[in-house]
Amino acid sequence: MSETTERTDHWKDDHVVGDGLNELTTLNLGPTHPATHGIFQNILTLDGEIILDTEQTIGYIHRAFEKICERRPFYQITTLTDRMNYCSAPINNMGWHMAVEKLLGIDLPKRVEYMRVIIMELSRITDHIICNTIISQDAGATTPFLYYYQFRERVYEVYEEICGARLTTNMGRIGGFERNFSDLAWERIRAIIKDLPAALVEFDNLLVRNRVFMDRSINCGPISAERALAYGFTGPNLRAAGVDYDVRVADPYSSYEDFDFDIPIGRSGDVYDRFTVRQAEMRQSLSIIRQALDKLDKISDKTTFHGDVPDWVLPPKQEVYNDMEALIYHFKIVMGETEVPVGEIYHCVEGGNGELGFYIVSDGGRTPFRVHFRRPCFIYYQSFPEIIKGGMLSDAILTMSSMNVIAGELDA
Amino acid sequence: MPAFTIKTERDQLTIDKLTERFGADGFTHERLYDTMCFVVPKEHIHDVLRFLRDELDFTFLTSLCGMHFPGLPLELGAVYFLHNMRLGHRIRVKTHVSLKEAKLPTVTDLWPTANWMERETWDFFGIDFVGHPNMKRILNMEDFPAFPMRKDYPLEDPTREDKNDTFFGR
Amino acid sequence: MSDKKDQLESAPQREKPTIVEPPPGTMGTGFFTTSVDQAIGLARKNSLWPLPFATSCCGIEFMSLMSSHYDLARFGMERLSFSPRQSDLLMVMGTIAKKMGPVLREVYTQMAEPKWVLSMGACASSGGIFDSYSVLQGIDRIIPVDVYVPGCPPRPEQVIDGIMKIQELAQNESLRRRYSKEYDDLLTKYKID
Repeated sequence: MSETTERTDHWKDDHVVGDGLNELTTLNLGPTHPATHGIFQNILTLDGEIILDTEQTIGYIHRAFEKICERRPFYQITTLTDRMNYCSAPINNMGWHMAVEKLLGIDLPKRVEYMRVIIMELSRITDHIICNTIISQDAGATTPFLYYYQFRERVYEVYEEICGARLTTNMGRIGGFERNFSDLAWERIRAIIKDLPAALVEFDNLLVRNRVFMDRSINCGPISAERALAYGFTGPNLRAAGVDYDVRVADPYSSYEDFDFDIPIGRSGDVYDRFTVRQAEMRQSLSIIRQALDKLDKISDKTTFHGDVPDWVLPPKQEVYNDMEALIYHFKIVMGETEVPVGEIYHCVEGGNGELGFYIVSDGGRTPFRVHFRRPCFIYYQSFPEIIKGGMLSDAILTMSSMNVIAGELDA
Repeated sequence: MPAFTIKTERDQLTIDKLTERFGADGFTHERLYDTMCFVVPKEHIHDVLRFLRDELDFTFLTSLCGMHFPGLPLELGAVYFLHNMRLGHRIRVKTHVSLKEAKLPTVTDLWPTANWMERETWDFFGIDFVGHPNMKRILNMEDFPAFPMRKDYPLEDPTREDKNDTFFGR
Repeated sequence: MSDKKDQLESAPQREKPTIVEPPPGTMGTGFFTTSVDQAIGLARKNSLWPLPFATSCCGIEFMSLMSSHYDLARFGMERLSFSPRQSDLLMVMGTIAKKMGPVLREVYTQMAEPKWVLSMGACASSGGIFDSYSVLQGIDRIIPVDVYVPGCPPRPEQVIDGIMKIQELAQNESLRRRYSKEYDDLLTKYKID
């Protein structure tokens, strides 16, 4: 928050709403709009340029994930989780696998968990790259988007080497990964963490102390910590408001307790704080990846890539052709006939936008009885009318993009 | 992975305080994996949730979802995921309603975040939350004729004519 | 300093950039004759203005396509228009739910002729992996589509292939096609006036 000594909003004192000369305008910031990143509709009631009220309509990309999940075996649901927050798909995948592992009660070797941490932090970096470059594009600076998107391409190359796909990765298996990371993948990861810090410094130099950007984004769309918690905010938006809640620290999963990292927080929850919190989080993610690589170097075993779960990890082909048991496991896994125990769990991970939760109710069959996704975007987007009330139209656009609302996660 | 920590004292404290306030037969409790789950009849659900928020510091509503158990006497249900952020303690509170009388009191006065969660539950299951400021469908179209997440509603688009059932074994 | 000069000299020599291949015609001193439709086809092909109707994951692949690695600007699509009145190519990227269907139709009808539609991704082409009650199983149920690019999401190179096919269509289209009875019948089939 800028501790400016002078007020810049004196015009608000003289302004009278609806005094006969000023009529209220209804503006449809409709589902297809260049500035809304994703399809959701806001019908704004404006007085001149000040927003008085907003009526939100979402559901334009409702794909009935929860209903589809009731008819799919557990591995086929991984492909659906990709498409929720598609900017950081591996986090969703790993979160889902961890939820099922919790239901099954599986323990994983440290190497696998550290590999998962590396991939999740890489995806978090890519998610924040998109969000921050889009914030800067909406504030008028197109350059960061063109330059820093290249790092996303480099991370895509890492994903391709590991699982074959760029964006909707379907990465990993219940119990670990489908194959060991190749040398090329490790080389690419190391190259990224070598080059990214300099790029982040350049990105910071462009915007963080830039007078125009600061004037545009400070005090734009602020939210206090109490209101943020009341609205169920989690993730970078909550941390920008000043609450240091991070699922990786509060409820550690996948060996995050072995890592040492800070939780950056802001003060007033405005666009500037969200931007700088995400920048700082990218640096923390880089630090975590470096620590993970060091820890992996210390582990002498370099070939394990999954836990001991024959029910869920495909056996090697030589065994499948020679051993009856392996053949049966292979058949059951591929056909999705493995059954899970009866039970009900809730597991959450720190997604790019906050606490991404998976609630699975299993009745013992090959498909879950009920799956509920706790989607952070859906929950914090309901605060948007309160955040932009009294602000101007362009502030609303910038706030929307700084909250990183991803339509796939909003509607699911 | 089953390295989840079970907060036995907090769970026991929650059970004790709830018993003290609502009586031992006002609710049932069961530990499912790592979380204590409470089942409360629908008449007391608002009081129980208010008590949990005010006395036991469950100030964060993580999520709210609906459930449908065809075959049980009270078929529909709602699950509240509560989180005490200061102490890192999570619980689940469930309640059941029948298909005919699918009404529950709203909790938007306790947690404003429940607004859209309740609309989603109404949209999917048909549970009406009495006192909600804007009880409309949220994800489906407003004039959608059914409640799609109920088990008797089919998943697939019924107007699809290119899927031959004989090949798919239906 | 000198090894930089060596680097420059030893770098592979690029050919001089050429302009677009001219259509068949007669060249003379100061003039070039060809047929009108070929000249217009050439102009249309290299200056399509796309409307990125990005709804979900394919939209992020489109962002990759637009940025510097798989540059879309070299196909003449530097200027993306989000206004249907000023665009030629409707690129539908991502799942279209039934709630979004009327919006898509509205956008399509607002576009001026000639217009082309590229359906990117499995969801737009046929509903994709979302075989559910709320997803439109393919946008060709409501608007006529010219090119389908399958994939989930398709790689940027695949989308470029699709765009080049649209360019081929734009180049070779008869100037009278949009007034023909066949086109009218197509629009009537989709109940678009």
